[in-house]
Amino acid sequence: MAIKLYDYSLSGSCYKVRLLLDFLELDYEKRQMDFYPGREHRSLEFKQLNPLGQLPVLEDDGVRLRDAQAILCHLANKYDRSGQWLPRDPGSFGSVMMWLMFAGGELMAASAARLHDALGYDLDIEAARRNAHAAFRILDDHLTKREIEGGTWIVGEHPTLADIACFPYTALSSDGGIGREDYPALRNWLRAFHHLPKFKAMSGIAEFA
Amino acid sequence: MARTRDTVVLNEWVACGWPDKVAVGESYRTAIFGQDIEVARLGKDAFGIFELDEAGRRGRQLPVQVRYCCVFTTLGEPTRPLPEIAEFDEPDRRIASCGSVGVHTSPYRIIENFLDMAHFSFVHTDILGAEDRTEVLAYKTEHRRDVDEIWAIDCQFFQPAASRASKDGQMTTYAYRVMSPFSVMLYKNVFGDDTRNDAICVFVQPMQETECLAYMPMALVDPDSAMASIIDFQQTIFLQDRVILENQRPALLPLDPGREVPTRADASSIAFRRWLKAQNLQFGIYEKQAA
Repeated sequence: MAIKLYDYSLSGSCYKVRLLLDFLELDYEKRQMDFYPGREHRSLEFKQLNPLGQLPVLEDDGVRLRDAQAILCHLANKYDRSGQWLPRDPGSFGSVMMWLMFAGGELMAASAARLHDALGYDLDIEAARRNAHAAFRILDDHLTKREIEGGTWIVGEHPTLADIACFPYTALSSDGGIGREDYPALRNWLRAFHHLPKFKAMSGIAEFA
Repeated sequence: MARTRDTVVLNEWVACGWPDKVAVGESYRTAIFGQDIEVARLGKDAFGIFELDEAGRRGRQLPVQVRYCCVFTTLGEPTRPLPEIAEFDEPDRRIASCGSVGVHTSPYRIIENFLDMAHFSFVHTDILGAEDRTEVLAYKTEHRRDVDEIWAIDCQFFQPAASRASKDGQMTTYAYRVMSPFSVMLYKNVFGDDTRNDAICVFVQPMQETECLAYMPMALVDPDSAMASIIDFQQTIFLQDRVILENQRPALLPLDPGREVPTRADASSIAFRRWLKAQNLQFGIYEKQAA
């Protein structure tokens, strides 16, 4: 098999990549990592693949990539003939990139809260939840505007990489004690995402919404 | 945070870590029953555990046992020893420590969920249960008075992927064993071999009444799967449960039989709750709130 994913089932970042691989119906090999409690991603062997010591890592015909957002772009660029997931038109490309950066940046506060609550990571949980709520506010405001415009997705008329990248840690937020009561547009968007063809849930996310 | 005055639970051994949680020479702080403690790793399997006062100063040193990939301690005077689980001593077993997972609910809800088969098809769809085969066949429960344990035996459930070693669906045979209010395990027949059982435990560390850590050591017959894959399988299952557990209300466990209406499939839960009630537990129980 050409594509190999260094994976951890409970990782929302790995889940981003698994979602796109499923949406594109791509075969791939999984290398399960003992992220917790073994901290295999911090081992010397793994740091030779990714010196940052982070999951996921993807190998594809001699290309080795880290960072979930970069991997999404690689897969869409190489395999998505429809061009839907990574639109190239000047009106959409930059916006998709902007929300990809948001997913790998501000939204990761929700991941931190989950690591604290579920896996006992020692970090400032109040700050993590506060920052996650601030990020959710921004995404919910944007999705409210999209609803007023008659749109469902973060950018344009179809789901894009921006939706895939923003979905996991938003949908997993209650694992970190972050409620979504105050974000009605965000909840509508999550529900729409659940109904995408070939959608698969992960632990902590309901199969149906 | 106040330490409970419930002497029944204080007299139990409870898990408070696993050996590789910290390096030798390091320590960490945690809590049991509302009491802050410090766990210091002195050697590979040597630990010093201390109560901490409100200023964080070390006080009384607590007893320690290291077994089943867990570090156990107690704040009281246990009459019940740690359980004997022979499978962990069998030479060909794969022993997996899955670390701990935090769960915001009563310790007994974690135990009770572990005993429940009716949720397999809905929460662990395509793994421990299938949506078109949801029936929980009749099984037996026992209070084994010589060891004061609750057992559920002759349990059967159809499982599409009973373990990481499974290559196909099977009718899995289970026996469940509640060894203390904070520890439970199951025996399930190994894929393709009815003569041997995988042994899977859950030890609960009750930090506070509705704040727990769950430890899931396993002793499996599975020569082929990578350890990372075995751990990944178990954690996938447990985090499917966790989101359900944290949404159960009330979080404290009700023991009044009229509060939550059981069905026949809940026979093990009924036996467990009766047994808890007979012990006159207070910590983590709903009713005392109303009293």
